[in-house]
Formats: sequence, C-alpha cells, structure tokens
Amino acid sequence: MELTRDEVMRIAQLARIKLTEEEVTSLASQLSNILGHIAAMQEVDTSGVPISASILPVTNVMREDAAEPSLPIDEALANTPEREDNFARVKAVLE
Amino acid sequence: MATDTLTAVQQEYEIVIGLEVHTQLLTDSKMFCSCNTHYANDEANTHICPVCMGMPGVLPVINKQAVDFTFMVGLALNCSIPELAKFDRKNYFYPDLPKGYQISQYDMPFCVNGSLEITVNGAIKKIGVTRAHLEEDTGRLVHSANNWGEGYSLVDWNRAGIPLLEIVSEPDMRSPEEARLYMQKLRSILVNLGVSSGKMEEGSLRCDANISLRKHGETKLGVKTEIKNMNSFRAVQRALEYEAQRQMEVLSNGGVIVQETRGWVETRGVTVSQRVKEYADDYRYFPEPDLPHIEVARNWVEGIRSQMPELPDARRDRFIRDYALPIGDAELLAGDRAIAHYFEDTTAALQGDDIAGRARLAANWVMGDLSRLLNASETEISNCPISAPHLAALIDAVTQGKITGKQAKDILERAYQTHESPDAIIQREGIASVSDTAAIEAFVQEAVTTNPKAVADYQKGKGNAVQFLIGQVMRLSKGSAKPDVVQPILIAALDKLAQ
Ligand SMILES: [Zn+2]
Repeated sequence: MELTRDEVMRIAQLARIKLTEEEVTSLASQLSNILGHIAAMQEVDTSGVPISASILPVTNVMREDAAEPSLPIDEALANTPEREDNFARVKAVLE
Repeated sequence: MATDTLTAVQQEYEIVIGLEVHTQLLTDSKMFCSCNTHYANDEANTHICPVCMGMPGVLPVINKQAVDFTFMVGLALNCSIPELAKFDRKNYFYPDLPKGYQISQYDMPFCVNGSLEITVNGAIKKIGVTRAHLEEDTGRLVHSANNWGEGYSLVDWNRAGIPLLEIVSEPDMRSPEEARLYMQKLRSILVNLGVSSGKMEEGSLRCDANISLRKHGETKLGVKTEIKNMNSFRAVQRALEYEAQRQMEVLSNGGVIVQETRGWVETRGVTVSQRVKEYADDYRYFPEPDLPHIEVARNWVEGIRSQMPELPDARRDRFIRDYALPIGDAELLAGDRAIAHYFEDTTAALQGDDIAGRARLAANWVMGDLSRLLNASETEISNCPISAPHLAALIDAVTQGKITGKQAKDILERAYQTHESPDAIIQREGIASVSDTAAIEAFVQEAVTTNPKAVADYQKGKGNAVQFLIGQVMRLSKGSAKPDVVQPILIAALDKLAQ
C-alpha cells in the first residue's frame, strides 16, 4: 500500500517533526514498505496463539504503596527552558 | 432552563446520555513512582521525580494499592474482572503531559461489563458500566499574561502520575436527571469504598458526558457531542439540559449536529465549542513496553471481595428489611456511610421494643433537625457535636412525655451550638413539659378571653379555630404544653362557654 503525501505530513504533524519536501517523498516510500511488511504478517493465521504484546518473561511486577521523597525543585526543573517561580513556563495553551 | 422546555425536547426526541467519570484514587504514592500524592498544600513541582517526568532510562512500577482499589470499584459495580490485563501508551503532545504519552489501558482493562442502579421516581433503573480502567493523571496548567498582555501558561506537574480510574457507562441514561443520579450514586459508592475523596469542585472526581438525540422509536444513535467542565452534580444536570435543548433547536431548524467537544460555562449557563486536540485514532495506542502484563488470579479478586465494606445498595435494602424504612428514606440514609452509622447508633440507643418505631424516630431526627443544623454549619456528621446516644436520650425524653417536641428542637439547637449534652441542658434548666392541668387551664382561659373572634368562629363550626387556639395556648406556655393535653381541656372550655 502506498502512503500519500498528506498522510506523511499528518504523521509528521502528530510527532511534531518538520520535514522537507525531499524527506516527505523518501519517507512516503519507506513507510509504505514498512506497512507492506506488516500487511504480509497480518495474513498469518494466529487464531489460537496466545497474545504476545509483551515478550517479558515476568508478570505482576508491582510495588507497595509507600511514598518517598521527590526531587529537589532545582533538579526537577533543571531541564526546563523557561521557569517562573516553581512553575515551568510554556506558550499559551487554551484549555 | 425551564422544565417545560426540557419536556418539549422529550416529546419529540429521546435523549441518550453516557458518562465518562474519572476519579483520583486515594493512594499515598503515585501510580508508577513513589512521589507523594498529598500535594494539595505544597508548592508547584515539589512532588515530581524522573519517573513521573518521563526522563530517559527510567522504569515505571505499578502501585499495587491502585490496582486493588480498581478491583474494589469493579466488584462494587458488578463488573467482570478479566484474568489478564495490560497497560498501553496513549500518545499526544500537551504541556501537562510530561512524558508525551499517558499510560492508560486500551483493549485489556481491569474491569468490564458492570452495572449500577439508580432510583428514578421511586423505581430502580439499571445503568450499564462498559468498563473501568486505570491510568495516570496529567499536570495542571495555570494561565497567565505578561505586562504587554501576551498570554502564556505555567505548568505544575505535581498531579501528573496520580492514579486515575476511568469509569465508562453505556449510553443508558435518558434524561439529564438520570445522569445526575448516576453521578451521585457513583460518588456515593466510591466514597463508601474509601477509594475516592469524591470532591467534584476540587477535581478529584470529574465527569464528561456524551449526549445525543434521536426520534422516539429510532434505534440508531444520533450524532453526539461530548460535554466537559461540569464541576458539580447540579452542573451535570444543567449542562445536559442546555445541550439537549441546543441540539433540538439545531435539528428542528433542519441542521445537523457536529460531533465535537463542548465546554460548560457555568457563569453563562451555556456550552461552547472547544478546540479539538487530536482525533481518537491519532492517539496511536500501543502496549506499554515498560510494564509486564498483569495476571489476575481468582484468589486475588476474592481476597478483595472479602474485604469490601457494605455498599449503599446493600445497606439500603437492609434498612428496608430490618427497620421497615420507606425506600426514599433508606436510600438517603444508606448513601453516606457516616450518616448510616449515626442513624443506626441512634436507633440502637433508643428505648423501647418496637424497632421500626425507633428507626422511624431516629430517621426523622437525623434527616430533619440534625441535618439542617449540620448543613447550616457545613459540618460533616462525623464531626457532629451531638453524639448518637445523646440524640437518642433527647428523643426518649419526648417519647416519655418529659419534654415536648418543640422543646426538644430548641434544646437540640442549643446543645449543637454549645457542645453540651442535651440532657445537661434539661437538668440544669429544669425544663419539663407542662402536663399540670391547672396550669394549662389557666393558659386556656387566657387564650379564650383574648381571642373572642376565634371563639365565635368555633361556635359557627369552623374547625380550624381550635388549631388556632391551641397555637395560642402553646405560645402562652412557651412551648412547654403538649398539644394533645391542651386539646381536650380547650374543647371542654369552649363547649362550656356555648352553654
Ligand atoms: Zn514521581
């Protein structure tokens, strides 16, 4: 299956990636190839095969509900580009 | 909106409502990290760590208490608990979501296919619960502006990662009132279980509604809108009443409903269209690779079931069975665990062999005068200055004729304000009902002499003149005379006058 230019642009928009025209063209064909592989795999009859969304050999890894200290504020916000008091400051967001 | 406008909608259309309710769970630590959840009085961003901020290389670990709470809710809502569950990533970009995705549950949630009962006009109606799944809360945005009026936002991630349970209903509600009743019942269950603080105003309990209209008899659902920002039970009902009316106006003018998210604006009493974030398909859910599956052994579920406290519906049924209470009173008293305990303690402390009679008295006082005092002072019944045994002693004093009902109400109110026991007030002030016939005869004489018109009315056969004169006697006795003692003495006096 062939991805359209618009579909590639939409995926880029969702991932917040800016693409050049050349990249859009080359990604359209690359992504189409990947989708082709997936489509081929989907033809395999998997009825009766247990789910394998996780390949980890463990289940039920949980912790008891106990609180521990968090990061000191300056460390917690060390990577924040803009800070105001104890808040991270970002472009205006409408709720 | 006026009720008749809603009736107009319902004459032509069937209103179809489904609710998505989110509640924070009352754990001590966050869903996937050990940050403390009690952040309410703390500075912004003091309850965050590399895990809830999604730093590279960290691993989330599931909080078992949050899963236990989820099963409790699932069982209380008569859900099936599948033997296998998993978490998924829901991907979107928003500043309140530090990781760029929210860990949620997509196709294998913890709880499915449940139901909840509401009481509509005295009849029980079952509302389907599609699923209940566990996820994490987002941060909080504060909107601000600089000196030049340019807006910007401030982010506080203390809330990000708090365990959040989403409960999705079937589109089974047929009126805004039913939606409010469902929400109230669900809150009552969550609070009774001790898993939620249930505070809609503070956002620990939130409600989004899907609403659509269709012609009566139509089986296909109409195009729905999703309503957000309803921060109280009243807001849920008002917002849905408004939206039903808005949709009807669009449809009856030949228009079509646009599937969209609309926000309820409490101050203006309207819903307004909101900017859409992403399309549902664009969340690109995929299995959370950092969290192994959860196998839910049956003994885990049964262990939770055995620890569950009594729930409002079961308690309501027990109150009807054991105390012969009418369904409305039983529903009201059973809905809140603390009120239910207070009522039962009062009933138990009252004297006499007739349980139903004692329960009726206790119910009347708890739902009546005591509730009024508690509401007026915005006090929870758990902090009530009058204990259940003290209330029972006061009620007993009325039953035994030591004081009148009117006196009891006054004493209750004073004891409530001063935190004394009602009995102490009675003892100290020597309050007692006047059943002394001579004293009452004197009051009757005075009432008859000073109200010749009422006496004349009585002689013309006007029955309510008697009630008026009894009232006068009560007033003269400052409430200490008992009406049933006054009445025969008064009638005797009036009949004597007529001769
Ligand atoms: Zn954390």
